[in-house]
Amino acid sequence: MSVPPAIAGAAPPCGEMDVLEKLTVLTDAAKYDAACTSSGGDRRSRAGYIGNTTTAAAGCCHSFSADGRCVTLLKVLLTNRCVYDCAYCVNRRSNETVRAMFTPEELADLTVQFYRRNYIEGLFLSSGVYRSPDYTTELMIRTLRLLRETYRFNGYIHAKAIPGTAPELVEQLGFLADRLSVNIELPSEAGLRALAPDKTKQAILAPMGQIRVRNQQSREELVKYRHAPKFAPAGQSTQLIVGATPDTDFHILRLTQALYDRYRLKRVFYSAYVPVVENPLLPSRDTKPPLLREHRLYQADWLLRFYGFRAEELLEPDRPDFDTRVDPKCSWALRHLDFFPVEVNRADYEALLRVPGVGVVSARRILVSRRVRRLRIEDLPKLGVVMKRAQYFLTASGRMAEGLRFTQDSLLRNLIAAERPALPQAVFEQLSLFAPA
Amino acid sequence: MTEIIYEYDGSFEGFLSCVFESYLCKELPTAFSSGEELPSSLFPVRTVLTDPERAARVYRKVAKLSPEAADLLRRGFLTCLPEKELCLYRLTAKLLEQGPRFLRDLSDETLLPVLRAVRHLNGEVHQYKGFTRFSDLGGVLGGEIQPKNRVLPLLRRHFCDRYRNERFFLYDRTHHEALFYQEGKSLICPLDHFRMAPTDETEARYRLLWKRFYDTIAIRERENPRCRMTQMPKRYWGTMTEFQGESYFRPTAAPAGVSGSAAPAGIPAPGTPPAPGPSAPGSAP
Repeated sequence: MSVPPAIAGAAPPCGEMDVLEKLTVLTDAAKYDAACTSSGGDRRSRAGYIGNTTTAAAGCCHSFSADGRCVTLLKVLLTNRCVYDCAYCVNRRSNETVRAMFTPEELADLTVQFYRRNYIEGLFLSSGVYRSPDYTTELMIRTLRLLRETYRFNGYIHAKAIPGTAPELVEQLGFLADRLSVNIELPSEAGLRALAPDKTKQAILAPMGQIRVRNQQSREELVKYRHAPKFAPAGQSTQLIVGATPDTDFHILRLTQALYDRYRLKRVFYSAYVPVVENPLLPSRDTKPPLLREHRLYQADWLLRFYGFRAEELLEPDRPDFDTRVDPKCSWALRHLDFFPVEVNRADYEALLRVPGVGVVSARRILVSRRVRRLRIEDLPKLGVVMKRAQYFLTASGRMAEGLRFTQDSLLRNLIAAERPALPQAVFEQLSLFAPA
Repeated sequence: MTEIIYEYDGSFEGFLSCVFESYLCKELPTAFSSGEELPSSLFPVRTVLTDPERAARVYRKVAKLSPEAADLLRRGFLTCLPEKELCLYRLTAKLLEQGPRFLRDLSDETLLPVLRAVRHLNGEVHQYKGFTRFSDLGGVLGGEIQPKNRVLPLLRRHFCDRYRNERFFLYDRTHHEALFYQEGKSLICPLDHFRMAPTDETEARYRLLWKRFYDTIAIRERENPRCRMTQMPKRYWGTMTEFQGESYFRPTAAPAGVSGSAAPAGIPAPGTPPAPGPSAPGSAP
């Protein structure tokens, strides 16, 4: 390549770029960020304003991109110019790439016009660090204020809080956005030091703590004053990059758990590292993104949030990574066969949730239905229980599924077979029936 | 009890009138029919006239026994369940006979088909909250959908709240009806002949911007068509902007007073992936 790296990090003029080009550049630069949901809002519409955030609890996907990920917000960067030089990031200072920057008007217009056509649920605004964290955040605030006040946009806004931003600015941002997020990026301090020398653990955790406290205060004020302004009413989330550093699943899951416990995060997102650069500190360019590992982490994340599991139950220091062959719940069940079989007519909700193939919905249905009559095995599929997994772990009125014979070995084989069709295609090659445990 | 086929006008009230009729005449309907095709069968056919008062009596009775059952009837009637009237009739009859207790047995054989159909309906309603696409047709928003179930009555509140200060319509291709909204008032009515208004320059531009965003946001290294298909089955694609052919991104009529030069020159053909230059460094092999 003969392109001189001269303009990197500086601010090349980009006045001639039209909105379509800017949108292309700044979407492309934002796409690796996984944290994109529209959940947690419940704001009704207002006269003279555009939109609401009432698709509430579940959030709302407006499309799915070719990689199968939900598209719910207009996810773009304000600018991909960045003074930082994080090794894993496409927008790092030293990378030769086209740089662009939206004007606040362009971005507000795109958001409102996309929203009116029901393309999106709102805006996800992130940015490279342009000049300084404070300067960038002020630009973001200006954009969001224009969108909220002049364009009268009442839909969902998710904004990134950039580590190192002054607390007063994070405060302003929180009153404009529904959700804030601070990206942890790398799951360990050692990783940060090596790959993101401009960021520190402290700089990341400070705004997280601030958001937690302000969110809590805002809730208390709302109890006293009905019209008190809401600070990030949909809470905060974060993202971790998986596979860029040698951190184990156990380490990541423990970190996740601490974030839920201590910082009251709504979600932790995992992003399988897609190699974007050749760097001795990073996996080589031909490494495939660890999609299966990411999948297992999400499964475990669900177990933490909805199934009452703790990280220490799922993994241990001497077994720090997830089994690639079966999901974390099956894996737990196989190591705790003495816990099973669970009797569906007697077991409590927590015990039902531990059965592979029984989820939150089917467990609730079991609880409702068994008050009317005793359940039989053949009733369970009708309640949504996935029998190909569950049958080995439960009884109904003291009986297992008819004709079911298995040993500890065949059990594992059967569960692996049950799992295979559910996995993303890309990870098929990584699976082998004969791989060592 | 004699067996008989009921013919009615296809409305929910009409169906409730049929329920009333069957109890009045001590008959057991073996089939329901509304409209053209009468099932050819040996059973006699009778036309039941819709009587709002009788319908209200049946509905009140059901709602008193179980509000959930009333909701199930209303929603169940919107589903595409084959012989939905018969299924709903059986559910009502069982409720009147046995009381609401069986409704909590979620694997009950009378309840389950209705429950499944309603879950399917609810799922489709949720999907269409996201997958519906509108176009700006000179200040009025217009959209089309092609659902299996009659989702419009359940989408009504959502879109009327969200686009409260707009004027819009949403046309259901399958059931030939449309939802209209303007200044706080909404209406769902049958609509037989529908043609979408032409696209102007501005609208074509936003469609293109959206298509470009959609194509760019996908990470090539993670491509997973099967996952996308599971989350968003192909039957939805027909009415979604991002899956339309090239002509959809070109104006079909120039907006009044604006000459053809409003669009910046050199808009690339829609559907083409973003130029390799500005795309993710490192994503190319």
